[in-house]
Amino acid sequence: MSDESAKATIEVIGLRKRFGPRLALDGMTFAVRPGRVTGFVGPNGAGKSTTMRVILGLDAAEEGRALVGGVPYRTLRRPLRHLGALLDASAFQPSRTARNHLLWLAYSQGVSPRRVDEVIEQAGLGTAARRKAGGFSLGMRQRLGIAAALLGDPPVVMLDEPFNGLDPDGIMWMRGFLAELARQGRAVLVSSHLMSELEDTADHLVVIGRGRVVADTSVSELLAEASGGRVALRTSAPPLATRVLHGAGATVLATGPDTVEVTGLPDEEIVALLARNGVPFSQVSAHRATLEEAYMELTRDAVEYRGIPAGEAAR
Amino acid sequence: MTATLTPHPSPPATRRAEWGGFLRTLHAEWTKFRTVRGWVLAMAGALLSTIVVGLLGTAAPAPGGRGADSASYPRGPGGEAVNDSFYFVHKTLTGDGTLTVPLRSLTGMADTGTTGKTVQSTQPWAKAGIIVKESLTQGSPYAAVMATGGHGVRMQYDYTRDAAGPSGMPSEESPRWLRLVRAGDSLTGFASTDGSHWTEVGHTKLPGLARTVQAGLFATSPEAKQDTAAGTGFNPAVATGTFDRPVLSGGWSEGAWRGTQVGGDAGTSGSYSNALKGGFAQTDGGGFTVTGAGDIAPVVGGPVMGVGFSVENFLVGTFAGLIVVIAVGTVFITGEYRRGLLRTTMAATPLRGRVLGAKALVAGGGAFAIGLVAAAITLPIGERSARGRGFLVFPVTSATEVRVMVGTGLLWAAAAVLALGVGALLRRSGTAVALVIASIVLPFLLAASGVLPPSVSEWLLRVTPAAGFAIQQTLPQYAQVLSVYEPSTGYYPLPPWAGLAVLCGYAALAFGLAVVRLRGRDV
Repeated sequence: MSDESAKATIEVIGLRKRFGPRLALDGMTFAVRPGRVTGFVGPNGAGKSTTMRVILGLDAAEEGRALVGGVPYRTLRRPLRHLGALLDASAFQPSRTARNHLLWLAYSQGVSPRRVDEVIEQAGLGTAARRKAGGFSLGMRQRLGIAAALLGDPPVVMLDEPFNGLDPDGIMWMRGFLAELARQGRAVLVSSHLMSELEDTADHLVVIGRGRVVADTSVSELLAEASGGRVALRTSAPPLATRVLHGAGATVLATGPDTVEVTGLPDEEIVALLARNGVPFSQVSAHRATLEEAYMELTRDAVEYRGIPAGEAAR
Repeated sequence: MTATLTPHPSPPATRRAEWGGFLRTLHAEWTKFRTVRGWVLAMAGALLSTIVVGLLGTAAPAPGGRGADSASYPRGPGGEAVNDSFYFVHKTLTGDGTLTVPLRSLTGMADTGTTGKTVQSTQPWAKAGIIVKESLTQGSPYAAVMATGGHGVRMQYDYTRDAAGPSGMPSEESPRWLRLVRAGDSLTGFASTDGSHWTEVGHTKLPGLARTVQAGLFATSPEAKQDTAAGTGFNPAVATGTFDRPVLSGGWSEGAWRGTQVGGDAGTSGSYSNALKGGFAQTDGGGFTVTGAGDIAPVVGGPVMGVGFSVENFLVGTFAGLIVVIAVGTVFITGEYRRGLLRTTMAATPLRGRVLGAKALVAGGGAFAIGLVAAAITLPIGERSARGRGFLVFPVTSATEVRVMVGTGLLWAAAAVLALGVGALLRRSGTAVALVIASIVLPFLLAASGVLPPSVSEWLLRVTPAAGFAIQQTLPQYAQVLSVYEPSTGYYPLPPWAGLAVLCGYAALAFGLAVVRLRGRDV
């Protein structure tokens, strides 16, 4: 796989695509590297699925290119050996058994039927593989989709919302599974509209909103940026604390009756300053933003549909 | 020894790879097809329904109590079904000889349909004249020169052949002189208006004609065709030829002229009634009046065919199976749209035309095989059963039978490809199935059932995909035999392969458009 790893990439360069009046992709650009799980995250309607369809050559972009291992997907002759994808876990003929679904896919790539039984094991389908796929739970469907994506033993794997419909056990399994794929040196692109699903899974994040990338960064960088050196302080004398800290050059923001948020001073210095000036306080904590908060911050402007507060709606 | 290594030119290798790629797609599509039990069962159902509908549709008991032994048409020298029924006043001719006779008149009587009532009416193809015939057995080779009720003087031979001579009807004032010359296996017919100036009407060789033959005067008439508001009916009719004394030269037998109703009755295209009977009488001057019914002609479809079935009658269930084939062909692609499976398919094989091509080959190939098998099972069973119940079965050559069987398969294959193409274009099962059935099965049923005026039926069977059913037609059409040559009696406006070509044209068009559309849009 090491030779292949150079080829194990998805490159998306300046994709632009319109659906009627709506600009679905607006200069989408990012790359997926081998050996790690790249989370592809953004609110509903941000363009995740459209981007994936363009990568697979299913949809045509008006501008830009999408390359798999350096070439357009549609030029690949046995594409499932280069890129395994799961777009829609329910995309199968319900009256066909899971195994037969995998079998025709295998034949289309010149993959041996033995490999079908291997991926059935790998995806944990087991004996269910001989049952009609129409009766599968959403979790089983996801496993069938995963098995199909792995059929060609591809260096690149692309999964659209693979956590959908999984129970907690399934989510645990999926996380381990994705990590294992990355550990094997594959490039893994996983989309989700929920950052929490990717929090313990993704090594790298491509955050998108309104058809473009709003952040292309590692998880730790994103967290550090979002935390922004803020410190939460609980005190019985907020006015006094504000005055003292303000005097030291910090920005202080009241966040509650007995809480303030301090920006511009490290937490140790705040503690020392308050103690010196006899300001009572019960808690000082450096604020650690959650990935979810960071995500919300990034995509605030990009959310397509926002719930209207009930009071406003009533008016 | 040195080996020279020539580098392989790349195109063949590429072609091989492309071919291999197509086979992989084909293998995948075939696997898809055979792994949906509903589709496999449906195809089996198509097979079964074709057989069952075909056999039920021809299951009636034969009326008239014909015996099982008589259940076959006389066959002409070419193997075709023929009518060979006429009244024959004959002598034996050995070797060469000539018969010359003036025909004073050709008249006819026809039943009106009301019992016992007859009217003077000469049928257009009523015949009276001279005939040389190998034997009195039906179907034996012959040549004849004759006057007809509406088509002038003709020279006809071996049932299917017909040559026109001078037009006009003989009359008392202007008799028609006829002459037939036999020299070896060569026969020549002449006509004259005065007995001295002769026109050759036709000439033929009847290879292998026996040295000793029966020759003399004849008269016969097919039934009278009557068009009424309720449809076309046929009533008994006879023709009477009034001849002056025949002049003979050559090896004619001594002794009296003998009268025979060849075939024993009037066959399927003519009939006698209580009031209308065949026979002959000698006149004072040595002439004859000869009265007969029937025809000397090939059997065609329609009412004149008698109590019989043609090969295509047994395949009447074709449309039933076809409905199933159309549904399966459509769902083979629309099902993928519906489930989003087409994306998986296209991701596995980005060459979209190749996917559709493989699908067409699988659906069309499957439909072809099932259609062929359905016809190959139905025909022998149907024929045997019909004969057993005393029906006549219109005989066809093995080549024609094979054409009908293979044609039924091709009909289904083309319909399946059409359904696939329309399905790919419309992307909705219900609409696509309805449209294809309405374009193939509906026109066929409307035309075949006779509910539409014949001209409309014929138009439908020319311009709609239903034209493809023509591939099953085995009944021949002859200008010299009056019948009802309409879709309702089994006659298509287009020849078999031309009709199938119309359907194939539609299929190719739908398939081509589907490929273009599929290539050009997001899936």
